[in-house]
Amino acid sequence: MRMLGSDAILRSLEAEGVDVAFGLPGGAILPTYDAFARGTTVRHVLARHEQGAGHMAEGYARASGRVGVAIATSGPGVTNLVTAIADAWMDSTPLVCITGQVRSALIGTDAFQETDATGITLPIVKHSWLVQDVHELPHVLKAAFHVARTGRPGPVLVDVAKDVQETELDFHYPDEVDLPGWRPPKGVHPRQIAEAAKAIVRAERPILYVGGGTINGEACSELLDLAEAGSIPVVTTLMAKGAFPDSHPLACGAPGMHGSKWANWALNKADLLIAVGTRFDDRVTGKLAAFAPGAQVIHFDIDPAEIGKLRRADIPVVGPLRPALAQLTEELKLLTRPGHPGPAAWRRQIEQWRAAFPYRYEREGDFLKPQAVLEALRDLTAGRDDVIWTTGVGQHQMWAMQYLVCDRPRTFITSGGLGTMGYGLPAAVGAKAARPDATVICVDGDGCFQMTCQELATSALEGLPITVVIVNNGWLGMVRQWQEMFYDSRFAETHLTHQVPDYAQLAEAYGCAGFTASSEDELESVLEEALDCGRTAVVDARCDPEEKCFPMIPAGAAATDVIEFTDLQEQESVEA
Amino acid sequence: MHTVSLLVENKPGALARVSNVFARRGFNIESLAVGPTERPDVSRITLRVECSQDSLEQLEKQMHKLVNVLRVSTLEAGEAVERELALVKVSAPPSRRAELMALAEVFHARVADLGPDAIVFEIVGHPEEIASFEELVRPHGVKELARTGRIGLGRASAGRSRRPQHILR
Repeated sequence: MRMLGSDAILRSLEAEGVDVAFGLPGGAILPTYDAFARGTTVRHVLARHEQGAGHMAEGYARASGRVGVAIATSGPGVTNLVTAIADAWMDSTPLVCITGQVRSALIGTDAFQETDATGITLPIVKHSWLVQDVHELPHVLKAAFHVARTGRPGPVLVDVAKDVQETELDFHYPDEVDLPGWRPPKGVHPRQIAEAAKAIVRAERPILYVGGGTINGEACSELLDLAEAGSIPVVTTLMAKGAFPDSHPLACGAPGMHGSKWANWALNKADLLIAVGTRFDDRVTGKLAAFAPGAQVIHFDIDPAEIGKLRRADIPVVGPLRPALAQLTEELKLLTRPGHPGPAAWRRQIEQWRAAFPYRYEREGDFLKPQAVLEALRDLTAGRDDVIWTTGVGQHQMWAMQYLVCDRPRTFITSGGLGTMGYGLPAAVGAKAARPDATVICVDGDGCFQMTCQELATSALEGLPITVVIVNNGWLGMVRQWQEMFYDSRFAETHLTHQVPDYAQLAEAYGCAGFTASSEDELESVLEEALDCGRTAVVDARCDPEEKCFPMIPAGAAATDVIEFTDLQEQESVEA
Repeated sequence: MHTVSLLVENKPGALARVSNVFARRGFNIESLAVGPTERPDVSRITLRVECSQDSLEQLEKQMHKLVNVLRVSTLEAGEAVERELALVKVSAPPSRRAELMALAEVFHARVADLGPDAIVFEIVGHPEEIASFEELVRPHGVKELARTGRIGLGRASAGRSRRPQHILR
């Protein structure tokens, strides 16, 4: 069919089954927005900042498992998208970013709002295209979606010159991609699976170390089958929260810098690490040489480059996780009789650690405790299966990881690898667009919230109601914690204050409901009211400014060097 | 030092993507040659990098993941034919010409251009031969020098021990 390049972009999005796109118009992408005006089945959500649009697309992708789409103009439009692209790159979130570029004839001349978009994003995309010939457009978009979602998911960028959007073509959306150099692994090697099964049967202290790839690979029910078939304890990283039910008896919670002591000890004492879709990140391993020092490693990943990148894999298994885990469970069942207790003594040991070292904090004091806010949210939503959490980055994120209970994948959406403050609110808006039926709650910090709070307008006006709970301690809390612990309490430039801005008033100004709570009693009723109000609500929970997040393994230290909440220090030496 | 040979799609940005894999990990590319192959849509990149075996494996895996990269292989010394071309402009007053020409003959270097007080030699060979030639003409005064960077192919006689005598080094 004869049409303009701009219309071809929308027909391509429709052909890909895209129902929502997030963006903000500007000069070089105007023809494509004109195509939106001419009509499409793609809903456009207008962000207030391109970074917000990018994180919304990420939140959409994480909540739905589909590819997120962000649209921006050239120059500052695309540079504002860069943080979201980098975030999606680090957390393997499938994203197609469509950006306008100046006219072909002006490219390379420092034209108004010209930026080398493919150049500036080169190290943080799976691939990118600069489209200067309208006839390439359908093929490029087909390839873009294919590359974003296949193999290890991630962001791609399609930069389209303005004149290409204005030129006619005979549109036909291709059925196949022509990418001879793109061959993500399809199957897994049966011999590696057999080796892995034998190693699991041999092991006395096996542990599943599960990462976000398990969710990306849609392998969560296979993971559950595997864990139950072998009675193997499961540690889930921040990115994998929800990949395995938090309330399952085999769940050990999160490892790492602010993970539970029992999870870290379990990893430390294991003799077999079954790593699944995870990348041995430094926030999990601490000192690499001291991470699971006595363990043999089975490493499952779709990305061959992750195998052996940081920790040598004794049994590498490259390929899609879903069939890999299913085959491993089958193989394991062949090697064990039904009802086999698995590593029962090991599980008892972990249970003892769990009982001895729960997450704890001192509830007394003049201030509302941030942990109490998370506990209140957990209790308020207990038993509900419609809740999706998003977070910013910092102390509140770690408390959310520690205290919230997620029993389903795609219900805990956070910025892991890049650690992007300001991710939570726009990601919540994107998650709500993907799952309108869900109750989306963003647990945010006061520092984080101020980085992207303009997206309250998007949430209010686009009919995407969410609840934002600001764990407001008046500080850049995690930075303050490091200053107190490692910089002799020299609190340089971290004090934000509880009062400025007045978050409830700010919310009202954006057409949302605003609430403030300073005590546990107040908090409970305010949270209920906020969740029930039917529109976007912001709860300013004014918390203890000095509360620190424990346990904590200092950067570069070993799991055994964990710093605990003071009360637990005595028991620590007994157990060690 | 490792020699890596890549086949890439002949598309804009392919070289930038490959070189970025090295740059972002802090590795310096010592030599780089890009050119067409028997297929017009495919280019070959041959590059040299100094790094550990572990790093090389990681670099290769990362390059494999690039959409434009069709094949990555390492050329092992002895199992590959490696060549380079150099142009060397040497000071050559008439009194020194005979000596330089004799030297050039030993290395099968050609005179590409001759001026009143300088000669441009063209030499093709294994990169080590070129280095030797450069060293021997250096005392005469090397005014300018350009090398293409090495290119290489796996041996036609791969797996067999017999190969032409003159390329045995």
